[in-house]
Amino acid sequence: MESTIKEISKKKQISAFNHIRQNKWLYILTIPGLLYFAIFKYAPMYGLIIAFKDYVPFLGISESKWVGLQNFQDFFANPDFFRIFWNTLAIAFLNILFAFPAPILLALLLNEVRLKVYQRAIQTFVYVPHFLSWTIVVSLWHILFNLDHGAITEIVLSLTGREIDFLTDPAWFRPMIILQSIWKEMGWGTIIYLAALAGVDQEQYEAAIMDGAGRFRRVWHITLPAIRSTIVIMLIMKVGSILSTGFDQFYLMTNQLNRPVADVFDTYVYMMGITNGAYSYSTAVGLFKSLIGIILVFSTNRLAKKFGESGLY
Amino acid sequence: MKNMHNTKGGRIFDVLNIIFLGLLGILMVLPFIYVVAGSFATEHELSTRAFFLWPNTFSLESYKYIFSTPAFMRSLLVTTGVTIVGTFVQLFFTFTFAYPLSRRNLKGRNVLLNLVIFAMLFSGGMIPTFIVVKNLGLIDSYWALILPIAINPFNLMIIKNFFQEMPIELEESAKMDGCTELGILWKIMLPLSKPVIATFTLFYAVGIWNDFMSGLLYINDSSKWPIQLLLRQITMSSSASSALSNLDPNYIPPEQGMKFAVIIVATLPILIFYPFLQKHFAKGMLVGSVKG
Repeated sequence: MESTIKEISKKKQISAFNHIRQNKWLYILTIPGLLYFAIFKYAPMYGLIIAFKDYVPFLGISESKWVGLQNFQDFFANPDFFRIFWNTLAIAFLNILFAFPAPILLALLLNEVRLKVYQRAIQTFVYVPHFLSWTIVVSLWHILFNLDHGAITEIVLSLTGREIDFLTDPAWFRPMIILQSIWKEMGWGTIIYLAALAGVDQEQYEAAIMDGAGRFRRVWHITLPAIRSTIVIMLIMKVGSILSTGFDQFYLMTNQLNRPVADVFDTYVYMMGITNGAYSYSTAVGLFKSLIGIILVFSTNRLAKKFGESGLY
Repeated sequence: MKNMHNTKGGRIFDVLNIIFLGLLGILMVLPFIYVVAGSFATEHELSTRAFFLWPNTFSLESYKYIFSTPAFMRSLLVTTGVTIVGTFVQLFFTFTFAYPLSRRNLKGRNVLLNLVIFAMLFSGGMIPTFIVVKNLGLIDSYWALILPIAINPFNLMIIKNFFQEMPIELEESAKMDGCTELGILWKIMLPLSKPVIATFTLFYAVGIWNDFMSGLLYINDSSKWPIQLLLRQITMSSSASSALSNLDPNYIPPEQGMKFAVIIVATLPILIFYPFLQKHFAKGMLVGSVKG
């Protein structure tokens, strides 16, 4: 009995080597990808341990000494901590409140258009901002909202008599960010919802009309439930990335004057790590942010499953 | 479908909806039209008229200026080069890795797939990646703008799924003809993947062209700046002409105009490729049901 098992497993072993030899190109083709993931994805993950060390570039990662949770403690004790956390959460909250529903509403409106040619034409227009870089978007913003000769600043001035410094006034920072996000991504965000809406059975609408349902009730009872799963999944992903504001937009919009409300995790990590060279400290901040994000994704996913949705996994 | 829109309320809604969507569409591109118009306007007009969609006086002075400055030309050259090479690199790395991952008979396939998926959800972050790039000696190298982003795990999975969907008969008949795996990929799979390749070529190219963060992190030498960094210097610093000068002391640079012109040039590739993007993206994006 035992010898048979040994024979079988030996056969399998030989087959594995033979298999690789016979299909050597299949494995050679994996080499570039493997190298990439090893060097640029997993090596940095290993590099996260500097969050628990006092990393000195000269010494390298392995020779730098361990400091345990000191970097995290420093961060929590730092008066910046609360401010950054609050800034990030405030933006995330405003994002979920305003920027998240925008593509859904737009998708619903687009869906109501009978003339498909017109619908596609509008889609062509609203997709454009998505392909612009944040540098372009913020540059446009600077041109339009510039205090001296911004087009919109002038219009506001002539309409209300008030000269508003949209770009540096801390009170306007969050509205500007949300407005930019909506302008840039609302159109592109409709794609996934329109795809879900396209799958709705038209017969349901016709049956509802025969039962006397008005347009609003049809949307409420047929359209929205049809895209509910999509909305929930998108919301889970949004909540999971709640502490990730995106680097480019915030870095470009932050200046000395609006820094108190503008500093968020992503820009703080950059400032402390790259500008100030506090590698370990900033890595700890980044790690903290990632871990919170993971916890949030899992929790929201669990919550969604409790409500009967399929969740992300 | 017809019954829905035949009530009076329904018709009013439809009209309002069409108007609203039309205005929205215009609003999306209006700032841009202004910048296009402004880039062809004189400096005088820019400083006197707050907003216009068509210049009173047509002028190429802004464009003439920026194309006469060494910094701008260098940046344009750098960005074009990096985009072309980078797109090829990304296509190469992604497609060569996606193919084996799509073959069910690959030993260790599940392990590799899980590694890829894990890398989608979790990453080392900005600083550890920076340290890796630094230790590889890539700071101030153009390769730092290409290699760290060589594979996007999301795209990898989409393309892997695409290869997986290919009929197995193709592979089997090729193998019977004595074709190696490389031959199958090169002679059969790739030619059939032309729309997917086209889609991702455009996406990658746009992505690299638009990349600001890589340049900010890894390029300290301003003569090597990709165009996004130069753009930011011009439009967001207090004196645009200090960032972009043609070294001619007698020439007064068009401060406002140069901002407009640089924005247009920096966006041109995207606008040119946009119709092609439009044609392919819906198919490409829904192939793997992942939002780009």
